Amino acid sequence: MKYYLLSVMQPQGEPPAPEIMQEIMHNLEVFHTELREAGAWVFAGGLNGPETATVLRARDGDVLVTDGPYTESKEYLGGICLIKAPDLDAALTWGRKATLATTLPIEVRPFMHEADDR
Amino acid sequence: MTTDAAGIEAVFRAEYGRAVSVLIRLLGDIDLAEEAVQDAFTTAVAKWPETGTPPSPAGWIITTARNRAVDRLRRESSREARHAEAVRLHAPDEPAEEGPVRDDRLRLIFTCCHPALAPQAQVALTLRLLGGLTTPQIARAFLVPEATMAQRIVRAKAKIRDAGIPYRIPRDADLPDRVDGVLAVVYLVFNEGYGGRADLCTEAVRLGRLLVELMPDEPEALGLLALMLLIEARRPARTSGDGDLVLLADQDRSRWDRGLIAEGQDLVRRCLRRNRPGPYQIQAAVNAVHSDAPTAAATDWDQIRRLYDQLMALAPSPVVALNRAVAVAETEGPGTALALVEDLDLAGYPAFHAVRADLLRRLGRTGEAVEAYDAAVALTESAPERAHLERVRAALAKS
Repeated sequence: MKYYLLSVMQPQGEPPAPEIMQEIMHNLEVFHTELREAGAWVFAGGLNGPETATVLRARDGDVLVTDGPYTESKEYLGGICLIKAPDLDAALTWGRKATLATTLPIEVRPFMHEADDR
Repeated sequence: MTTDAAGIEAVFRAEYGRAVSVLIRLLGDIDLAEEAVQDAFTTAVAKWPETGTPPSPAGWIITTARNRAVDRLRRESSREARHAEAVRLHAPDEPAEEGPVRDDRLRLIFTCCHPALAPQAQVALTLRLLGGLTTPQIARAFLVPEATMAQRIVRAKAKIRDAGIPYRIPRDADLPDRVDGVLAVVYLVFNEGYGGRADLCTEAVRLGRLLVELMPDEPEALGLLALMLLIEARRPARTSGDGDLVLLADQDRSRWDRGLIAEGQDLVRRCLRRNRPGPYQIQAAVNAVHSDAPTAAATDWDQIRRLYDQLMALAPSPVVALNRAVAVAETEGPGTALALVEDLDLAGYPAFHAVRADLLRRLGRTGEAVEAYDAAVALTESAPERAHLERVRAALAKS
């Protein structure tokens, strides 16, 4: 089994209307339940917006603390979902469900090493 | 029987793809598989001239490659995992393969054509792993610098390994998603062979037949197979006794392979009946019209022109527009056709200059025609095609 990271790519701007949001949250819950039941679940969570980010940088042995996201862009990382899957096709199957549930683009990336199932 | 270098090269061309695909199944690693197969051919170059060609050259290559891989794994690592790998390699062969789904090459092509890889990488990787083409050859075929192509191939291989792209034929439900890429790649392999390497055409036709077996309900798979068979049927007439290229209009039609034509035409009828026309089916239909004509003069250009109209509506591209212009030249004259050709953005495409040159020649604009032939000659990679163009140009310059 490999670890795959499903990243939710969120656009800048207002969140959807409450009733739409409610449906998305429900679909996400269904998706997470399915992941758990399949034994593919590791961790998932939404992130607060990029305006809440703080960046730390090494500077000559000292650390510089600055406000704000590391990069400014139209889309940002809105949340992550870490899963275990035997191969990319299996990870993409979960990715499909994730994009349908969130209505947002999902980036699927493999971790460098196999998952340790113990 | 001894084997010279040319003999081994012939075996390489015929068997490289199969050997690599089998070794990838055994090793689960593309680079290792390629190295092992190349090692085996290097050994063959040293041994076969003395010992003679083994009874089954393909079997010899696969066995030798497998042994080389085992040696390499033992030498390079003492880790238990590597030993386990070596043990797996020594396990008896799986039972004889049955049906298309067990075909290693088909598995490899679906891996190379995974939608998670960029389309250009899909084609490059297929030509490299299945066709045994070198990176410079592939770079030339796609008109990109060698370094660009090398990087593309390395990245694609790394993605297959790191992202865990599976080495298997997708399930039925996934097939529709994958089929466009696979058909495009098989046709590109065929086209690459059309320029000279007959073995690549044979391989593409073989893959085409497997795809039809695998996806009997996909009319475009039928269309592609029909298209390749109808083009392949003309191979015996495409070159003269001394190896010169003979254009379609000048070919001795009695040398066309009637068996392949009958099979191709039957497939065209079968797929068109489904009434879901696609680019391959229409191009196959164009070739069916050509093979119906007893002489070049009897060609039904009106119908070909209509088929290209349909193709332009369905899948327009400058190359399709160029082919349509050839049909227009026959139905409405070279002047109308030239006007259609002049605006096409195909300056890097040899056939564009060749078509333009022919139209200018027919319009009596000799000076411009000679210049256009020069441009076509400069871009053409295939030696027989280049020789043909040079001959026509020389005859024209003298007149």
